[in-house]
Amino acid sequence: MGQRILIDPVTRIEGHAKISIHLDEAGNVAETRFHVTEFRGFERFCVGRPFWEMPGITARICGICPVSHLLASARAGDGILAVIIPPAAEKLRRLMNLGQIIQSHALSFFHLSGPDLMLGFDSDPAQRNIFGLIAADPELARNGIRLRQFGQEVIELLGGRKIHPAWAVPGGVRSGLSERSRDHIRAKLPDMLTIACQALGRLKQLGETYQREIETFGVFPSLYLGMVGPGGRWMHYGGKLRVIDHRGNILVDELDPIDYCDVIGEAAEPWSYLKFPYIRALGYPQGMYRVGPLARINICTTMGAPRADAELQELRQAVGPVIEGSFYYHHARLIEIIAALERMEVLLEDDDLLSSDLRADAGVNRHEAVGVSEAPRGTLFHHYRVDEKGLITHVNLIIATGQNNLAINRTVAQIAQSYIQNGRFDEGILNRIEAGVRAYDPCLSCSTHAVGQMAMEVELYDARGELVGRLCR
Amino acid sequence: MAAKTLTIDDHLVSARPGETLLEAIREAGIVIPTLCHLDGLSDVGACRLCLVEIEGQRRLQPACMTMVSEGMVVRTSTPRLQAYRRQIVELLFAERNHVCAVCVASGNCELQRLAAMVGMDHVRYDYLSPDCSVDISHPRFGIDHNRCVLCTRCVRACDEIEGVHTWDVAGRGVQARVITDMNQPWGTSTTCTSCGKCQLACPTGAIFPRGVTVGERPHASERIALIIEARKQRW
Repeated sequence: MGQRILIDPVTRIEGHAKISIHLDEAGNVAETRFHVTEFRGFERFCVGRPFWEMPGITARICGICPVSHLLASARAGDGILAVIIPPAAEKLRRLMNLGQIIQSHALSFFHLSGPDLMLGFDSDPAQRNIFGLIAADPELARNGIRLRQFGQEVIELLGGRKIHPAWAVPGGVRSGLSERSRDHIRAKLPDMLTIACQALGRLKQLGETYQREIETFGVFPSLYLGMVGPGGRWMHYGGKLRVIDHRGNILVDELDPIDYCDVIGEAAEPWSYLKFPYIRALGYPQGMYRVGPLARINICTTMGAPRADAELQELRQAVGPVIEGSFYYHHARLIEIIAALERMEVLLEDDDLLSSDLRADAGVNRHEAVGVSEAPRGTLFHHYRVDEKGLITHVNLIIATGQNNLAINRTVAQIAQSYIQNGRFDEGILNRIEAGVRAYDPCLSCSTHAVGQMAMEVELYDARGELVGRLCR
Repeated sequence: MAAKTLTIDDHLVSARPGETLLEAIREAGIVIPTLCHLDGLSDVGACRLCLVEIEGQRRLQPACMTMVSEGMVVRTSTPRLQAYRRQIVELLFAERNHVCAVCVASGNCELQRLAAMVGMDHVRYDYLSPDCSVDISHPRFGIDHNRCVLCTRCVRACDEIEGVHTWDVAGRGVQARVITDMNQPWGTSTTCTSCGKCQLACPTGAIFPRGVTVGERPHASERIALIIEARKQRW
């Protein structure tokens, strides 16, 4: 008799989801699904709003990466005004996005995935959380919290608050950086760099312990999409888009965000509120691609930061020129934190940062624009159309987690097939399936544009479709 | 004329004849909430937030529309009044789409301040969530009916101070809307002088300068009284 396993809710991710696993008569995995059970509707209720308000409204999609929405939206707004924003505003936006990448990646690595990695996938679930991590390794946990705090502090020094600063606006930013704030950030950089490098060292040491996980967590060929700067440098704001295949061949390069529709299509499935974007040239679902830290370190030629580059080269030599396993999202995240800290150091040398020329003014000069930023979880698209006065008539948001949807589903299937055999499974195995999802650091609140605490469930169904197992938190 | 003596919240207060109860209450240093009242404009008693209890009168009276009289005994903050005021503010929030978190007036809004003042921690009524339009056809200003509380301060500022009466009210009950000229887009108004006094008078983010973002619209309603004062001195 076959079975269906339900993991509901999936924990330590951002948003609501469940996983259902259908087993065949022999008790082996027949089918798996990663369901996103939230619904929001920003694309509908933003219609009719003045586009100037969009950064403030869309930032509310997420409490973890509001800055990504703020920047993508403000950039779309720049496009509608058709202005080139003052250099200081451009650089300060970059600085805030670096702060955001650091804080969000620190949250994902230390708070959400740290308990799995440091305590073990089979460790006591009652202890397998940030508090268990604090008890077991207070130094590491404290460092993680400090690193996240630093990223949040950069956001606060620029935008006046850590969460939902309504700071980036069409045409620029609302306030500048004081010399004192700049020096404050600069003074903290060396310590933060040490923390990030130590954490990466710890992760690398775990390679042997988690060999089986590394080999089964989302190891399959896929395309990768992300933003790169001039010369293929790692870029998180203001670059052009690039798509590579699993061999590293560049399929699309120098793509202007306004033309994203030519490259990306969006499919929908009846069992999930989350859409399934794909690369049009390969069709659905073959056009599966991944975004986020792993994609960004795969598509870039260089990190544009010496220590991060050295780490990337080391990883590429060990794994290959295109790093395929989703487990390596963790490595990628730490490499990106190092790169962000190094880039921040260079950026803070720039005297433009202290300028008070921060906001360009104009009317509605274009009726359609696309703003793109690299959110911690991947490429974020805000596509707006406005009427002649500037009221929104159409909104399309493509969120990082949505773009990873196909890959997350495939990862769930791969882990389930690898670990569940003859109908036998335990909590540790189901936790690995969750951890496979967690590696992508999905933000379902963002991707469905929904609200609520993150919760996830795994369901196990038999061949007749009857629920026989369920893991629910 | 002799001053009037009245009792407000157990204190003896003297007031000038012809003064409103609201003025006397404020001169006595007592704070009561108002919304449709704006210093310098005529009063209409529309919002009912300044309702007070007057001894010997069965009905509650709006302080802004009641003249002081000798021997009046007034209570401004009884539990009954406090309950009504909170209810009124809740009804204002339930009637349109007031979303402080993303509003241009957040932090500078009289409705937001009132909610805090009356202790509104939630709204007990179902939100009507009406489908209201935004008009940003005017080159300098916009009107967002989602945030309008129908206080008519814009209507009075436009009529009584600028003297052009571009603004008025159309419709009844929940269908009521402030309108410009013959209920046409503001940008096509032939009477509007673009003086911006309606925007100064507006207590919420309903009328705002075009292009402002969250929390950026300043609150400057007191400038209406300053304008009137300045004109008196010049002319």
